[in-house]
Amino acid sequence: MLRTTAAVVAGKAARAASRLRGGGSALPGLVAEKVDPGFLSHALADVPRGIVVVSGTNGKTTTTKMLVAVLRGHGLGVFTNPTGSNFTRGVISSMLGELPMGGRLKADMAVLELDEAHALKFAAAVRPTHALLLNVARDQLDRFAEIDHTAQLLASLAEQTTTGVVLNIDDSFISRIRDRVADGVAVRYFGVDASIADRLPEIQEQDVRFDDDFVPPKPGADDGLLKPSDERTFEVLFGEPGSGQHVGPLELQQRGLAAMINATAATTAARMLLGDEFDAARAEAALRAVTPPFGRGEVVMVDGQPLELVLVKNPAGFTVALGTYGSTPVSTMIAINDNYADGRDVSWLYDVSFESLREQGVAMTSGVRAYDMALRLQYDDVSVDAIEPDLEEALDAFLAAHHGQPMRIFCTYTAMMSLRRVLAARYDLPDIGEEAS
Amino acid sequence: MSNLPLQDVDVHIPGEPEGSARVPSADRAGKGVINLVHLYPREMSIYGDLGNTRCLAARIRRHGYSPVVHQHHPGAQFPAEPHLLVGGGGQDSGQVRVEADLEHIGDRLRELAEGGTPMLMICGMYQLFGNAFITVEGQRLPGLGILDVTTQGNAKRMIGPVVLDTEFGEVVGYENHSGSTTLGAGQAPFGTVRAGFGNNGSDRTEGARMNNVVGSYLHGPILPANPALADALIALAAEKATGRPFEPVSQDDAVADQARMRQVRRLVK
Repeated sequence: MLRTTAAVVAGKAARAASRLRGGGSALPGLVAEKVDPGFLSHALADVPRGIVVVSGTNGKTTTTKMLVAVLRGHGLGVFTNPTGSNFTRGVISSMLGELPMGGRLKADMAVLELDEAHALKFAAAVRPTHALLLNVARDQLDRFAEIDHTAQLLASLAEQTTTGVVLNIDDSFISRIRDRVADGVAVRYFGVDASIADRLPEIQEQDVRFDDDFVPPKPGADDGLLKPSDERTFEVLFGEPGSGQHVGPLELQQRGLAAMINATAATTAARMLLGDEFDAARAEAALRAVTPPFGRGEVVMVDGQPLELVLVKNPAGFTVALGTYGSTPVSTMIAINDNYADGRDVSWLYDVSFESLREQGVAMTSGVRAYDMALRLQYDDVSVDAIEPDLEEALDAFLAAHHGQPMRIFCTYTAMMSLRRVLAARYDLPDIGEEAS
Repeated sequence: MSNLPLQDVDVHIPGEPEGSARVPSADRAGKGVINLVHLYPREMSIYGDLGNTRCLAARIRRHGYSPVVHQHHPGAQFPAEPHLLVGGGGQDSGQVRVEADLEHIGDRLRELAEGGTPMLMICGMYQLFGNAFITVEGQRLPGLGILDVTTQGNAKRMIGPVVLDTEFGEVVGYENHSGSTTLGAGQAPFGTVRAGFGNNGSDRTEGARMNNVVGSYLHGPILPANPALADALIALAAEKATGRPFEPVSQDDAVADQARMRQVRRLVK
């Protein structure tokens, strides 16, 4: 107990210090983890209604936020890690703000966003009761090496899960994980309705292992299927159309097919977690109120004009972002760094098609790999007005040249953190650690 | 082999115009038609290697020639007159899926290589162009033997940015491989490592070159930031295709040069 109290105190101190500096959400967690390796299992020991891990390549932050909103909309106290810091240390960091000195969290449920590798580390410390597994795509191959390997990590996570898993029925990397869960663990699926199945290639990876005899699952009465009516309005259908339950129609604040699929995943998981308590009207109200997480279409008002910050980190995600935002003509900047958190290999930029930017052109490329990004755009015949590796100088020039116009910046993780810091010093912008909700 | 129809459908190469697999009519062929073949784009181009094909096709056009971009899939008929071949990296499952086809077209590939057809084989395809791949468990998987190299599977991956000195000048890229490759006695490397691991992390060699076949571990993809290499391959292909010396058009590669020089400056101590 003493050791845990010491860990909480040390971690809280580091958290306060790092918040003053305005950055780094994982450092305080590192401090607490060093002082007490059993910290996580102790902190989560008294969470009675379940520990839910959300993992997969794309959509973790948005889906987690939606799931938490729906659960809270049903009156539950939910602990989560809302910072997008989806490593184990990030989870501990976010806990430190809410922990009493005894080190045990007071919440009905914990919903944690963890990346694939760290989800397994987490499961080694605390076995999750539920797992919501979204998709597998090429992302930071320098960290995960191969898609097959990433899929394996998620399958191992499912094996560690004690009560229920929710799987993406349309992503065979994920749906085939059904064969890996322990006896007695419930399996549910989310996916898209047959009416829009032709849009799936826009957003997900092709599984090339199709020479085995895998037969995809068929959706049942507890599996949620997305039926959109336009880019923002949709229903989630359970069971046969007309006969089963449905959630919606409702409109999200965040645009695009990917956000609606995330909402479908969150709704399906919430329905599993809440059982008979699940109420469609409450779920709808909660989903309607969810604001885009920082970096997922977050808008900063700059002298009366919107500046959108869009996080990009892998081909599927960048393609979705271009599909979601690329059609409205705004001044565009792209900032690419190649630090560890960004993915050190920038080859993936050649798996993204930038043709949707051709007409408008790109005003500025920036970041450590500004020239590589400009070169990539040249090969898609997209004009680039300026190249400036220094992020702050690039931002200044971009804002000055496009004063009074709507603007959008696509950026990798650390480039976004730097740009956000500069913007936060000048404009009204929620602190990353404590997102406005 | 598979009952899914997707297998024979070409993948989208970002940036490439529609119909670039079609042969142009004679009046639109410019200085000549160059048949560019990407081997197994679906299974073997995981790290942006399609960018090499896009780069070659775009530069062939900029030099005044007409590329025909052919995607060769497992089980399909191999194109009749390839002038330039490219292949990329895959994961183990992808590699398994192309082995039978590679064996089937192996004689043709060896014949083309001996005849001087330029080829660029990256990562997984570089390994498959070698003598053999020996798995961690000691199993020997034979390769095409076009390059005199042998690759030993490894528990540890060699990952990170790379700078090489090559006959095409400084070359930058990114490696990500678990195989450790050794050159045969007379086998020339593609380059000498100035930063990064290279073939095996110990002898400072990277890749291999035999006739006009270049094998390398470098993604990036390798060609856009290293246009001298791209144009050298195109020059050889143009000669093959037309029977005349390459007639280049001067290119503005200022952005590529900056991208490359900045990586060299960051990585070479």
